Amino acid sequence: MSFTLTVNGTAHDVDVEPETPLLWVLRDVIGLTGTKYGCGIAQCGACTVHIDGQPQKSCNVNAAAASGRQITTIEGLSADASHPVQQAWVEHTVPQCGYCQSGQIMSAVALLNATPNPSDSDINSAMAGNICRCATYPAIRTAIHAAADKMKKI
Amino acid sequence: MTMTHVDISRRTFIRTAIAAGGGMILGFSIPGLPKALAATAPGAAWMLDDDGTEINAWLTIDKDSIVTVRCPHTEMGQGGMTSVAIMIAEELDIPWDNVRAVMASANRHVTEGEVYVNMSTGGSNLVRNRHPHIMQAGASARERLKEAAAQAWGVSRADVTAKQGKLTSGDKSASYGEFAEAAAGVTLAEEPKIKAYGDWWLAGTPVKRIEVAHKVDGSAIYPIDVRLPGMVFAAVKACPVPGGKLKSFDFSAIKDRPGVIAAVELKQKGEELANADLRSGVAVVADNYYRAKIALALMPIEWDYGPGVDNSTAKMDGLAQELLGQDAEQVEEVRGDPRPILASAGKTVSGDFHRPYESHVSMCPPTAVANVTPEKVEVWSYTQNVAATLLLAADQAGRDPKDVFVHATYQGGAFGNGNQNDVPRQAVEISKQIGKPVLAIWSREEDVMQDRSRPPVWSRMTADIGSDGLPTAMLIRAVGESVNPGYADRNLANMPYMVPNFRYERHAVPSHIPIGPHRAPGANNNVFMLEQFVDEVALAGGWDPLDWRIKMTEGNEPWQRVLLKMKEIGGFTTDLPKGQGMGIGIAEDHGSIVGVIATVEVSRRGNLFVDKCLVVANSGYVLNTRGAEEQCFSAVGWELSHALFGGLTMENGQFTNVNFDNYKMLRMPDMPEVETVFALSEDQWWGGFGEPAGPPSPAAVANAIFFATGKRVRSTPIIKHDLSWS
Repeated sequence: MSFTLTVNGTAHDVDVEPETPLLWVLRDVIGLTGTKYGCGIAQCGACTVHIDGQPQKSCNVNAAAASGRQITTIEGLSADASHPVQQAWVEHTVPQCGYCQSGQIMSAVALLNATPNPSDSDINSAMAGNICRCATYPAIRTAIHAAADKMKKI
Repeated sequence: MTMTHVDISRRTFIRTAIAAGGGMILGFSIPGLPKALAATAPGAAWMLDDDGTEINAWLTIDKDSIVTVRCPHTEMGQGGMTSVAIMIAEELDIPWDNVRAVMASANRHVTEGEVYVNMSTGGSNLVRNRHPHIMQAGASARERLKEAAAQAWGVSRADVTAKQGKLTSGDKSASYGEFAEAAAGVTLAEEPKIKAYGDWWLAGTPVKRIEVAHKVDGSAIYPIDVRLPGMVFAAVKACPVPGGKLKSFDFSAIKDRPGVIAAVELKQKGEELANADLRSGVAVVADNYYRAKIALALMPIEWDYGPGVDNSTAKMDGLAQELLGQDAEQVEEVRGDPRPILASAGKTVSGDFHRPYESHVSMCPPTAVANVTPEKVEVWSYTQNVAATLLLAADQAGRDPKDVFVHATYQGGAFGNGNQNDVPRQAVEISKQIGKPVLAIWSREEDVMQDRSRPPVWSRMTADIGSDGLPTAMLIRAVGESVNPGYADRNLANMPYMVPNFRYERHAVPSHIPIGPHRAPGANNNVFMLEQFVDEVALAGGWDPLDWRIKMTEGNEPWQRVLLKMKEIGGFTTDLPKGQGMGIGIAEDHGSIVGVIATVEVSRRGNLFVDKCLVVANSGYVLNTRGAEEQCFSAVGWELSHALFGGLTMENGQFTNVNFDNYKMLRMPDMPEVETVFALSEDQWWGGFGEPAGPPSPAAVANAIFFATGKRVRSTPIIKHDLSWS
């Protein structure tokens, strides 16, 4: 089945089974590999993208269901890694192995868009769906607070 | 496929590359980073910068004095790339802002007489055991720059100084870049000694990771992200009971499914499954991974499960419980004989402990890309040693190693599992058979089922308490599994507390599950058991647990330094209101002694909150204090994840909880605050940092739980214990 996905503002015609998870269409068909596979069952958050601004685990979204909606991946968050969350991630050297961090960043951006000044409790709730085996959680928490400060100044 | 190709300046050091002869083109969206975020290592980490002059195999210097360090070791999150760059820059004496890093060539190492000495990455070895030859490479380059300048200026090398990228002698001055080509031709009569501690300007300070900018925009390339023209995707399945064999499969049932290209049998070479052999299994190849995965799941497969199918968690546990009551013949450590003392009618303390199988579950599951062509074999793989992977790939392809190229990508974690994993063999075998470049991916379920797991351990510890409240005799009887039972010995046979009569002995129960190193192997399980037991011994003798440890390690300077610092700054007390507790644990692992003080709260209903872990570390020296702190909280989180939530269960020879829905991990709300304090001996020995903060942490938490609730937690996962109190 052929349908159109709008990813980071660009329309892509894809021809896959409609139930193919969005994750694999992004990675293997469209070629955007920043969104990662970690579990395939919506438990680890490595595949988190935004659909119409909401964080979604793309391994758990049928690609055809995302047609006609705005999909944003880590590659589309900014043109030059200048999003305040990305800047905070670099300044506080959050990533270790880095594999989960696309998902962590997409969840953090969604949190800050909805809650500009999050408490630690807000961070716990919003980030609980993203596993990091390097346990960079303390650095993520610090960087989210730092990004919140940056976003206030913009 | 949509990819963005952008002209890339050498300054930002991100390159779109066309590999020589291979026609391989990789594209990256280039983030034109603002200066503050300038990337100093490429997203495709194996792509060598060829603009500079090679001074030796370890580094190049370009005309602008930009130094590119080639890192022979895997960057799997531990900061190894940064550590290598620091060691080179320290000796070379070049401003840190002028340092770039790439991954070294495994092919060069293999074909040029092991020019990087050793490319393996593990055992927290990179700094503590490899700094002599890595720093030597930087020192040698510095002296050759000085010699080149000395020859040009007609002075002696001793009259030339090399500092922060500048060579000077009297009124003469030049940049390193100006003398790079001349230095490349210099041979030194004698190689310089490396710097002593105290002469450092960069080492020992907090340095930020060098590759981090590519890990915030999706441009860091892991094996699963490599894309080659014409590449296809493979889903693989080895026998779900390790050691079993493929009997048959029916490709005709799936061959007409969309995108399906082939099914490939994977043949184990040896009769018995050996480390690093290809496991018996089958792969389905399709034009995207999801199609391959679904087709593999639908393909009828028959297995000969082999003898492992009779094994289970219950069976192993039952056998281990029997063995705990029997003398063991394998005796690893004896001082005096505790047995007659323990048999007499004195005051004794005893406890049984257990840790289950665990899996590594690195966030990027094992994956590999292989492209087997008549000219050469190229591989990008899950690994902790690209040179070892090169030899595996050459063996599988039946090719001369000089024609095999294993390119070092970033690793999405590895934690010990990157040694001898067979996914590169699978990718090579599939590519060889179908004649196309292929990306082989293990599903998360396959990852857990085929992992070289962390072994289980059981133990019974018994001690006799003398009239002074200190132990006179102690017997540790451990039960390991049969594949690699020696893991049970670590930190138990050589436990540091000077009990006059001590015996460590070990049984093994049969198992078929492959075993491998897992972040702080052995220590990760055993410290949980030992450090709880010594708390019990201390309390039975009327001793404060921290004072007991100080007393029992008298004369052991590295331990005393940590324990006394814990006493000085930790605020440790056993006198908190019920529901709150502090606990301690300490261990030596990979050369470092690390103590942890955990602070916990337990609600009346038994909900556990680990508030804080204070880490006190003695590694002798520290190369990068920021990197060390990052590894400390990482290792604390790692071990608490397994101890609080983990534990694999096995039925019919296969693990049953094989994804994150029922194999639980520590998440953001579970992570304690971690504070790291260094208490360094600075006495001519080095310890590592990738692992040692892990093992004491669960023991500290369990001891804290005891003080909060009065309940001893002698097995994991802790979350399965009833911690309620009233």
